Amino acid sequence: MKATLQTTRPRASATGQPETLRDYLRDYVARLRGGEMGALPAVIMLVFLCTFFGIARPPFLTALNFANLFTQGAAVTVIAMGLVFVLLLGEIDLSAGFASGVCASVLAVLLVNHQWPWYAAIGAAIVTGACIGLVLGVLVAKLGIPSFVVTLAAFLAFQGIALLLIDNGTNISITDKAILLIDSSGKVVPWIGWTLCTVVITAFTALQVMRRRSRVRRGLQAVPPSVITIRVLTLAGLLGASVYALNLDRSVNPLLASQRGIPFIVVIVGVLFVFWTFVLNRTAYGRHVYAVGGNREAARRAGINVDRIRISVFVICSTMAAVGGIIAASRDNSVDPNTGGSNVLLYAVGAAVIGGTSLFGGKGRIIDAVLGGAVVAVINNGMGLMMYSPGQKFIVTGSVLLLAATIDAISRRRASAAGLR
Amino acid sequence: MNGTPTLEIRGLNKSFGPVHVLRDVDFTIHAGQVTALVGDNGAGKSTLVKCIGGIYPMDSGQCIFEGRPVTVNHPKDAARLGIEIVHQDLALCDNLNIVENMFLGRERRSGIVLDELTMERRAAETLASLSVRTVISVRQQVASLSGGQRQTVAIAKAVLWNNKVVILDEPTAALGVAQTAQVLELVRRLADNGLAVILISHNMNDVFAVSDHIAALYLGRMAAQVPATEVTHAQVVELITSGHSGPLGLQSQQKAGSPEGSDDLDLVTDPGKGAQR
Repeated sequence: MKATLQTTRPRASATGQPETLRDYLRDYVARLRGGEMGALPAVIMLVFLCTFFGIARPPFLTALNFANLFTQGAAVTVIAMGLVFVLLLGEIDLSAGFASGVCASVLAVLLVNHQWPWYAAIGAAIVTGACIGLVLGVLVAKLGIPSFVVTLAAFLAFQGIALLLIDNGTNISITDKAILLIDSSGKVVPWIGWTLCTVVITAFTALQVMRRRSRVRRGLQAVPPSVITIRVLTLAGLLGASVYALNLDRSVNPLLASQRGIPFIVVIVGVLFVFWTFVLNRTAYGRHVYAVGGNREAARRAGINVDRIRISVFVICSTMAAVGGIIAASRDNSVDPNTGGSNVLLYAVGAAVIGGTSLFGGKGRIIDAVLGGAVVAVINNGMGLMMYSPGQKFIVTGSVLLLAATIDAISRRRASAAGLR
Repeated sequence: MNGTPTLEIRGLNKSFGPVHVLRDVDFTIHAGQVTALVGDNGAGKSTLVKCIGGIYPMDSGQCIFEGRPVTVNHPKDAARLGIEIVHQDLALCDNLNIVENMFLGRERRSGIVLDELTMERRAAETLASLSVRTVISVRQQVASLSGGQRQTVAIAKAVLWNNKVVILDEPTAALGVAQTAQVLELVRRLADNGLAVILISHNMNDVFAVSDHIAALYLGRMAAQVPATEVTHAQVVELITSGHSGPLGLQSQQKAGSPEGSDDLDLVTDPGKGAQR
């Protein structure tokens, strides 16, 4: 009886009064039931995996290993961020892995064989990525070839290009200091780390409070203060604990060489995360990406240039793949024709899907790539510590990807059963 | 019928290849009134509104908008004049919420950032001006809306942009009884707010419930355009099915004048629809 009353009457907030925490929680539960799982499955998976590995293998929870998780997962996470854009349109880019390999090869060849400075080599690698994306996007959007086929062809061809670029399979080792800083040796001095952490938390709090204020001032539905408090405390707790752990000395032999501070790569991934989230959520371009993914015909009728959006997501994806390739080159201190090969692509697609991005288009966020990337990194790292063979790792990662795709498909079915889709 | 009509079509002809779909059609609509456009399948209703909306160019005929002749050769021309068609298949994005859908393609921005507050405010105001009470929150995803609510959002989207002519293509075709009533109420309110509304419908009850004028097309000709109060249900059905009803409608010599016309007009449906795709 009470429930029917609540659904029929407009909520108090519509008249300008703020929502309460209870309203907010009820909405959240309703969304979960309707199949809008959001980040929940990935978070649960992450907590479960960390607990499991932490108990089964205590070295998993050391500061050294914690820092390793970031350096190991970064390349896949960055590629997954780009893939989110492509997946949002219901397309796929199977060539993202080898595109990152080609861009890493370009970087290595220019850096080592042609003695280009590091910034020029990085620029060239990123431009290569953008060009690759442009070609793929034009083939898909203008010629109308299914993205699956275009990128499968590119998957093969890029493998060949990488081989040709670095003389049939030799290994180019990278010694440039600046490149190695990216995902190998670069660490933020502890006090700067704490300053960064404080700045991020303060900025987040200010943003949330300001948004709430201006909404309340205009008489719009706003997030209750209690929810903002919970969000800020959660972020502060997670960030604080992470910075503390990363600032511990994780050197195997502290007397010989001290190893402390946030790895550079954490900052890089953080900046990319904030930037792309802003693009997707706060700009007209991002809105149009969602619209084209949700209903292409509606987007076209609304005057959106659908072809341009479709091309642009492939450009973003391949450009991010280039960034991922540079990160991988930095971490491995070398580039060979297998950089970006084997499991990189599947891990990246897996990361996006595990995080909650739909394979059917229209649904996905950048944070999905980060959370999913963390899950993939934890599985890889934890199973490595438990001395499982690579074969067993592949099987487990494959199963987790399948599980995530299943959750995606089931939540869609639930949504349509609940009349939501 | 007083004052200048918002839109007047004179002597409109439209052919698809050898098929003459619209013959010398005259059609007038006024601000503040609902004009129902009725006719059997293949009578040319869709072709007529698509000519008005600029989707099909006219072969011949005049289009007079608020007293001055205009040419509408492209949907953008129609949009500039303030003519908006609410299509039967709605064209909403399920994964976006109501505000996002209403402003799709015409987002308000401050700098490069979307101005969510202004958009949300204006969407809420527009819905309120149409006395829409069925929608709980403008931040609801369209996927979670019922058929009637979706129709409401699609219509409100047309109103948001200060359009002068709103063309509704069978807005109640897929709705239940209660939702049909809500949408019809909304259609009436559009006209009361000063818009010229064209309502395409097959349902005579809906037509008589909200229309001021009824225009009946019969095999590509305008059989009659009459005030709704001056005709009965049965007369309109007769106009639709035979093109005339007593003194109303196409007289027999007009119809007999083009025997070859009725031949090719039997084919109207297929090529006409085919050309849309």
